[in-house]
Amino acid sequence: MGFFLETLFGGLMSGMLYALIGLGFVLIFKASGVFNFAQGAMVLVAALSMARFSEWIPRWLGFENLLVANVLAFIVSAALMFLLAVAVERYVLRHLVNQEATTLLMATLGISYFLDGLGQIAFGSSVYSIDVGMPKDPALILDTVFEGGLLINLEDLTAALVAALLVAALAAFFQYTSTGRALRAVADDHQAAQSIGIPLNRIWVIVWSVAGLVALVAGIVWGSKFGVQFTLSTAALRALPVVILGGLTSVPGAILGGLIIGVGEKLSEVYLGSLVGGGIEIWFAYVLALVFLLFRPQGLFGEKIIDRI
Amino acid sequence: MLYRENGQFKTSYRADQQIFPIRQDRILIGLLLAVAFVGVPMLASDYLLRAILIPFLILSLAAVGLNILVGYCGQISLGTGAFMAVGAYAAWNIGVRLPGMPLVLQIVLGGGFATLVGIVFGIPSLRIRGLYLAVATLAAQFFVDWAFLRIPFFTNYSPSGSVSVPPLYAFGLPVQTAMQKYLFVLAFVAVFALLAKNLVRGAIGRQWMAIRDMDVAAAVIGIRPMYAKLSAFAVSSFIVGVAGALWGYIHLGSWEPLAFDLTRSFQLLFMVIIGGLGSILGSFFGAAFIVLVPVALTNVPHLLGLRLSVDTAAHIEHMVFGALIVLFLIAEPHGLARLWSIGKEKLRIWPFPH
Repeated sequence: MGFFLETLFGGLMSGMLYALIGLGFVLIFKASGVFNFAQGAMVLVAALSMARFSEWIPRWLGFENLLVANVLAFIVSAALMFLLAVAVERYVLRHLVNQEATTLLMATLGISYFLDGLGQIAFGSSVYSIDVGMPKDPALILDTVFEGGLLINLEDLTAALVAALLVAALAAFFQYTSTGRALRAVADDHQAAQSIGIPLNRIWVIVWSVAGLVALVAGIVWGSKFGVQFTLSTAALRALPVVILGGLTSVPGAILGGLIIGVGEKLSEVYLGSLVGGGIEIWFAYVLALVFLLFRPQGLFGEKIIDRI
Repeated sequence: MLYRENGQFKTSYRADQQIFPIRQDRILIGLLLAVAFVGVPMLASDYLLRAILIPFLILSLAAVGLNILVGYCGQISLGTGAFMAVGAYAAWNIGVRLPGMPLVLQIVLGGGFATLVGIVFGIPSLRIRGLYLAVATLAAQFFVDWAFLRIPFFTNYSPSGSVSVPPLYAFGLPVQTAMQKYLFVLAFVAVFALLAKNLVRGAIGRQWMAIRDMDVAAAVIGIRPMYAKLSAFAVSSFIVGVAGALWGYIHLGSWEPLAFDLTRSFQLLFMVIIGGLGSILGSFFGAAFIVLVPVALTNVPHLLGLRLSVDTAAHIEHMVFGALIVLFLIAEPHGLARLWSIGKEKLRIWPFPH
């Protein structure tokens, strides 16, 4: 029982991490109908910049305070993500208005390659660490309820908390601010939104910046857990089934999808993996999403696609 | 002036519908084949054959296969590497388990297995499209990667997980030196490119294009979407599987699943985009481009006296590819093939202004 619960918790926590990345996908898809393949590369660039600047800034300015260094690095990285959003809008999206979804998908694939290369040239390609002071020690809970108790990783718990906060903030942003309303209008219909005076280009910059910010947070959380390196960019591919499962247009869907995939991966690896040789968590999420797609193409909470194929 | 079709009158349907209706094209293709089959083996060095021409030919074949699916039928696929892997491993298994099977048959049967897998993973395309289909094909990629890594049967219980190919013979002739390998691959590529070209300009190719342009309209005029889509998946994965078998057998010699991972799939998709969606010729341009850019990136800075580390060169390569993809999608969505046909248009009247 204890082992099962531990696996379950482990799954929930890694699901939260997937959800963090999945959020970035959902945001951009919601507001521009673009499936942003480059989200993984954005996470990588953000995490690299965070890791490197928190190392460089104290050296340049000659002080030794982890907190100040991290805050400054965060600000610089956020500014970088904003510049990135501007550049993407200016040089890519603006020229691809009204193109098919697959064209845009391939364009983001190109952006992703570009960012992978650029990020590693600018910031180096070894493994870096981010230290934002997340608690590292595992904690034992519920040891009064049954024997042995449960081992919970506090780091995971913090990550989950961060993700939850982020989601709440984003939900409020989408629901209650006028920019959020504009974003939703653009998502519904580009032309209609434009005709009532919503500046499409500015909206895109905003949404890519927000997605960049989410990528930064995801990068910090992932980076401080596993270290910052190139594989971070493939983490986004692991998070892809999450958004398919949860529905591409739904923020809560990303969270729930993340949790389902996280738990499913861990449980299947532990209980089924030994039967077929292990390592099945690589494709489990995808096959789950695929089976799901066949019966409910819009995902758990996505808007229903009325479309005859 | 050089490229005028004036005076070339067609007096029969047969002549009108031939594969290259313009005489200059026929001459050009004939010359190209002559150079490829005779000139290159006589002149090219071992390095050129092994490192550039053989990979180029095999990857063009794979790109032709992918182009049928993406460019002609409009079904996006990110799992090309997986179908290549299926072709390679199936061919290898057939060779190991059925000794005495001729090499050509092994490779073609490898393509046959890839076809089966392609159809299975193509079934979701009947329900979903676009991005969702991309996810389905990604599922194929990850599943196949895993299967060849973890299921020992496929690698014949080899302890290291990698497989290697014995010395090859085709029709009693050895396929071992670079030149022999080159000719073997070239023969395959020539046959399959002709096959693909004829398929896409025949009835089935027109069905694919109709489905690509608007599936509802295609269904209304009597094209069965299921048949058209699955046949595109089948033909595409067959060609890709054959290319995979060639890649493993001829180019690599011994390989592990990593040779056919997601990077390969992306690389092939890039070839198709840069070369030209919906063009057989474009697949060759795209493959040439993608094979040559890394070579250029390692050699050009060297010539200029710059010393780039291997890492930096790889990153720059990433950046160049990424930027080019975006550039092509924006400026020339039909890729290099379109530039080629624009060039031909210009040549019709060149050097006169009108």
